[in-house]
Parts: sequence; structure tokens; C-alpha cells
Amino acid sequence: MSLSLEQLHAAFGQSPGIAAAPCQIVDPKAKGYHLEATVAPDQVVAAAELLDQNGFAIDTITGVDWMAAGQMEIVYDFFHPTAPLQVVVRTRVPRDKLELPTISKVFPGANWHERETHDFFGIRFLGHPDLSPLLLPEDATYHPLRKDFAGAA
Amino acid sequence: MPLETTRIPAGVTEGKETFVLNLGPQHPATHGVLRVKLTMDGEYITRAEPVCGYIHRMHEKMGENRTYAQFLPNTSRIDYLSAMHYTHAFVGVVERAAGIEVPPRAEYVRVITSELNRIASHLVWFGAFLLDLGGFTPLLYAFDDREKILDLLEGITGARLTYCYYRFGGLYNDVDEGFIAGTREFVTHMRPRLDLYRELVTGNVILRKRLEGIGPISAEMCRKYGATGPVIRGSGVAHDVRKVEPYSVYREFDFDVPVFPEGDCMARYLVRMEEMAQSLRIIEQALARLPAGPFVAAKVPRVIKLPPGDYYYAVEAARGRFAVRVVSDGKEIPYRVKLRTPSFANLTLFEEASRGMMLPDALALLGSLDLVIPDIDR
Repeated sequence: MSLSLEQLHAAFGQSPGIAAAPCQIVDPKAKGYHLEATVAPDQVVAAAELLDQNGFAIDTITGVDWMAAGQMEIVYDFFHPTAPLQVVVRTRVPRDKLELPTISKVFPGANWHERETHDFFGIRFLGHPDLSPLLLPEDATYHPLRKDFAGAA
Repeated sequence: MPLETTRIPAGVTEGKETFVLNLGPQHPATHGVLRVKLTMDGEYITRAEPVCGYIHRMHEKMGENRTYAQFLPNTSRIDYLSAMHYTHAFVGVVERAAGIEVPPRAEYVRVITSELNRIASHLVWFGAFLLDLGGFTPLLYAFDDREKILDLLEGITGARLTYCYYRFGGLYNDVDEGFIAGTREFVTHMRPRLDLYRELVTGNVILRKRLEGIGPISAEMCRKYGATGPVIRGSGVAHDVRKVEPYSVYREFDFDVPVFPEGDCMARYLVRMEEMAQSLRIIEQALARLPAGPFVAAKVPRVIKLPPGDYYYAVEAARGRFAVRVVSDGKEIPYRVKLRTPSFANLTLFEEASRGMMLPDALALLGSLDLVIPDIDR
């Protein structure tokens, strides 16, 4: 309960692994979340650890394919169980090298969210225990949420 | 009740002589097409691996090839027992991004219909859960009460299950006197029914033996797995989106968030039973203070185009936290729609929570999570 948005913002700035990463307070009425941090792909574990230490829960993980820019964005959402704090952590990886570390060792709940993101985008989470298809058929060789996927529909 | 993970008793040859038991996808003890691959050591579970995707429809891809208005009915088909809450989140995210002001009457009606939907959803869970545990009769009672809600909602929405009643800026149509009177009557009818359920079921010694101390889930486990709704509230954490980050007009009502600290199946049972009474309280207050005025905002663009950026909206659905993230590039069609569903997150902890449990207890645990399979598979 005691954690405030300003304290959390400061914690992001002081945390050794992610101190240089841009982190800003946003208007929750306009966006639906309170804090937004953009980190490098190798800093996601440090960001997850920081939020874990501050009592946050894993909300969800997903991707956004920015095909024109040749990048894929990975979006991590965290919520605080008892405080009105919603944090978004973003990172981008090049489309020709879709790899970044898993945060499932920090939040075991991230396991399935990362597996689903791998299903839909083909993003590989290094160190993940099992990236076999979760929602897609077991022999799926496609990633339907990539913008260059033209499937059914 | 100590919150320790269930241990396999000494004498059981742990991991030496195991077999794989396939539960589902078509199995009388599971609802919907959930499949769990259980590695059993005698009667004890050493590993439970849910196998998902049997009813995967790729709603998120559908969101990328149709307009906001065209995608709206999809959201009521994710958790089909909680359609009001899901459409609420989707119209909410669009209204937030487009800056549409919703008239108070519309928000009040949204609260009333959402809470009716929550009761209807909990009644299905109540009946089905007791069916899981071997009690048939409560299902008939629960469905009798649920029928009254479905009739009320059908009268104003035209649908009995997959409601598409909320629209960007308000509602599809206004509520009539029949609905208001009928809902008042339902509140009066439902209170003694909850007392009846307490007497008939909650105090039952067989039920208590099946649920008390069974399937412990700690608050820490909920946090690490992102479990929400009655699951986290049955583990002693008062996380309810209606209170933590109040949306719509929920801050105007006086209601409690039932929390039980035991973390067992009984705690999750009690949370939902108590929640129905709280929903009745909210409905009663909303009916008493229902403002007059328009039921839809005056200026809603015919073609919705959201300013570029990403927007997020979370609601408290019957099974927990449901959230929509919309990424817009300024066009008529969303660039990306992400659906964060509570059943998916609540199921992720099952593998850890069920380790070392006996099979019938694990079925009680599954039932106490109140899973809706299309909500997992999307």
C-alpha cells in the first residue's frame, strides 16, 4: 500500500541494471497505466526483478509487429495487487533476430505468456523451459500475428 | 490452516513408477474442452500439464482485420459467461482513447447489468462446481435463479448470453420500466435464496471435507502467476479492479470486497458466495439513484479512428482481471488488440499448485479456479 508512483519512478532511475532506460509517468486516465519504461532487450530481467521486489504481479506479455520499422516490440504489463499502479515495460528487437531473455525465472507466470508470444510472433525467449505451441496446433510452423502472415480471414 | 504445499506421503515411491493419465478434452469431470496430462504416482499427481488450444479462434488476429465496431461482438464471446464485463473493457478502451464522455445514466445501467451478469456467472460456477463434487441438486436451484437474470437481460439486450449491449459512448438502448421493476424484484428474491444456499450447501459437512484445506494457493503464488479475481481474494489479498483502480462509476457505490485468507478451495467458494450478496447491494444502490438523461453520448463519430498510441483498460470480470490493450496507428482498423484474460492467468498456477495432490482433490482445485475454456484459448 505504501508504495507511491514517485518512489517507483525513482527506483527505476536508481536500479543499476536499468538506470539509463527512459522511464516516464503517464496519465492513467488517458492511457490506462501509470508508468512506462523502455528498456534494452537484455534489461528485461532486471526490470522484472525490480518490479518483483516492489510487490508487483505479472499481468501479461505480448508482442507488436512493427514490420515497416523492421522491429518487434515486446510489451510487459505488471499490476500491483493492492495499489493503483500499472506498469508497462517495453523493449524492441530487430525482426531478423527475434531473441531476448526469459523472465519466467522471476515470474513463473510469465512462462505461458512468453510461450503464447512465441506462438503468435515467433519471438524466442532464451532460457525458457518449453516454447512448444501452447494455443496453436502442435505442428504449427507459422506465427499468425506477424503482419506479413496472410492466413485465413 | 497452514499454507504448505501438499506433500506426497512417505511410502509412495515418488517418481519411480508413474503413469500418464489423460483428463479431457472430452471428460465428464471437466467443463469445456480443457485437457490436462497428468503424470500420476498411484493416486498422487506428480505433474499436471494443461494442454490448451482446442477452442483457439485467434480473436486477436480478427481484431486486426475489422473496425472497432465490428470487433465489439467478438469480445462477448471470449468468456461467454461474463460478456458484459468483456464488452465493457473494449468499449472502455475505445472511449478512453477517443475521449468520449459517457452519460451517467449509461454508466449506471452498465453497472447494474454487469453485476447481474456477475451473479449469473457465479451461479453457473456454483452449480457446476458442486456437480464436480458429486452434488447434483444445487445446479437446478442455481439455474432457476440464473434464468430470472437471463430473462431480464434478454428483455433489454435481445441476447441471453453473448450480450453486445454496451456501445461506444453508451448503450444499445435504454432500460424500460419492466427491467427496473423486474430487477428490483430479483434483488428481493435473491437475498433469501443466498441464505438458502448457505443452509443447504455451505454448511454441509461433506462439502467442507472436500474443500477445507484442499488446494492451498498462497498470496505470493497468486502474485508470481498473476492470478486474480476470487482466486487472489481467496488467498487474503483484496485485489478487485472495481476498488483498486475504479472504472465506470464504481467509486460511487458502497460495497465490500470479500476476502478470505485461508487460500484453500473453501475460501474461493466463500468469496464467490459473498460476492453475489455484494453485487445485489450495488444493484440496489444503482437502481435507487439511476439518473435520468441520455443513454448514449451525443457526439460519437460514426467511423471510429483512435489517435496513434496504445491504450489499456482493465475491468473486474467474474473470473478476475480482464484487460484490453489496443495499439492504434490512426486508421479505422486497430493495429493490434491484446486480450488479457483471467482464466489463462489463473490456470498457469495449476501445475505448481496441484503437485502432490490426490486426483479428486485436484478436480476440486480445478473447479475452484472457475475456468472458462474459450477464455483461456481465445
